[in-house]
Amino acid sequence: MGCWNPKVELMPKNELQNLQLKSLKALVYRLYNFSPFYRQRMEAKGVVPDDIVKLDDVTKLPFMTKKDLRDGYPDKIFMASKREIVRYHASSGTTGKPTIVGYTRNDIETWTESLARSLTSIGLGSDDVIQVSNTYGLFTGGLGFHYAAEKIGAAVVPASTGNTERQIQLIQDLGVTAMAATPSYLMYLGEIADKNHISIKNDTSLRVGLLGAEPWSDRMRDRMHDWLGVKGINCYGASELAGPLWSECSEQQGIHFWGDIALLEIIDPKTEEPLGPGERGEMVITMLTKEAFPLIRYRIGDITSMEWEKCSCGRTHPRISRITGRVDDMIIVRGINVFPSQVEFALLCNPEVGNEFQITVERKGAMDDMMVKVELKPEAFTDNIIQLNALRERIENRLKTLLNVSATVELVEPGTLPRFEGKAKRVVDRREY
Amino acid sequence: MLDREKYHIKQLSIFSENRPGRLMDIAGSMKEAKVNILGFTIAEGSGYGVVRMLVDQPEKAHQMLTKEGHVVKFTDVLAVKMEDKPGGLYDLTLMLRDAGINIEYAYGYRNSPAAVLILRVEDIDRATDTILASGRELYDVSHFK
Repeated sequence: MGCWNPKVELMPKNELQNLQLKSLKALVYRLYNFSPFYRQRMEAKGVVPDDIVKLDDVTKLPFMTKKDLRDGYPDKIFMASKREIVRYHASSGTTGKPTIVGYTRNDIETWTESLARSLTSIGLGSDDVIQVSNTYGLFTGGLGFHYAAEKIGAAVVPASTGNTERQIQLIQDLGVTAMAATPSYLMYLGEIADKNHISIKNDTSLRVGLLGAEPWSDRMRDRMHDWLGVKGINCYGASELAGPLWSECSEQQGIHFWGDIALLEIIDPKTEEPLGPGERGEMVITMLTKEAFPLIRYRIGDITSMEWEKCSCGRTHPRISRITGRVDDMIIVRGINVFPSQVEFALLCNPEVGNEFQITVERKGAMDDMMVKVELKPEAFTDNIIQLNALRERIENRLKTLLNVSATVELVEPGTLPRFEGKAKRVVDRREY
Repeated sequence: MLDREKYHIKQLSIFSENRPGRLMDIAGSMKEAKVNILGFTIAEGSGYGVVRMLVDQPEKAHQMLTKEGHVVKFTDVLAVKMEDKPGGLYDLTLMLRDAGINIEYAYGYRNSPAAVLILRVEDIDRATDTILASGRELYDVSHFK
């Protein structure tokens, strides 16, 4: 499989690390000398640019959190003037104010280059028709994929979200080969297609799903492949970082996290100590080349692990495993950490139930009570109550084994759980703290 | 050769969440389709139930319920004509026990002058033969039209 930028993508690890150190030094020098915000943060931590002599010294730098970004609203932390800024995006403001992100022309270039490498690594190119079914607008998922897909010479169908019947029509009529969307939206689209007697697998050319923005499981990916004939590619990014930036390559051995663009650490969220290869923890990201809105040691809240071994595709950059949850998506039930993606995995082991689910957590007396609603597939329905109860118990046992915490399972009628076109909201937490 | 098929009564089984208004929805669909409900029972699972009913136009009812988004299935049951007097059920169940026939579920309704017992069994053909051989009467499909 060809590379978009072979010189960088295949660069030996030590050269890449040298490049990272050079970029980090330049970044810290710039922030310390030209940004009151970053200077004040560094002084509070007692660190000066000369303290950065090796790559590990990144841990001497202060963390940044979403709160810093919110406090900086709209552009207090920006380091570019309005003359230099060519675009704004904003993150979905689920809590309080949104975060505004500004981009210089170089920032847009870097973003597009990063995702162009990723799309190429999946095997996409000028023969492909890529339907972008992420929201266009302030959300970065639409325009991000749009520009990268154009850059590699693919034909772009800027479908954005909504009107699923028309989306299916476009997939059919334009010979769409890849689609950028959330995993739950692609599954929903599959359902609508089935309802209209269109098989995504047999009646369309759609083969690749560029999927992200919400945690999902390998099990769902397998099911998507069996059912829709679509290979689900994990993508990663966030508006604070630029937008969607990274994805798996066609080997699907983790997401290639371009090291010349970002420096990645994985830490224990409680002790803030660095974790080793393969150890699961909180991601901390330093964007090495951002101009308008630099980020150092940004705690994005996603949980994953990192490997830095050469991929079988030949690329040398660090790879992260599937995002298993967000620090803030994680629920703690009776003291045990539960990720919706784990629940999804346990549920999808049962062919009798559908793809949608909802977790409700309540407090009964002093105890947390977790209930999982899942849809019974019509073909799995039986008149035999004993069999239905046995199915329910089987799912409960599987959840218990996987989560180490028991949950009540409720079978509900198909089509009754909420569907999401954007990020799925799987958890209803009714506990009062 | 005995035509057993005609004794296989098409009962509707409907998966239903246990929440207010769900039975009303089903009844409403039947009303709209002008389908008459002859016999009826609800089996309670946990958080859900299975509504079982005998109707005069099973195909039409099935179509309507499916269209309304319900999960519906046909289940073959037997309809035994019962003498409406004390001991009738005992005699029948004694006979079935002796034949080793297990009843999955049953429900009855009175249909003067006789009563009807709806039976769901594992081996419907053997049950059909056993009941008919004992001299009892089974209602056939035409009885419910």
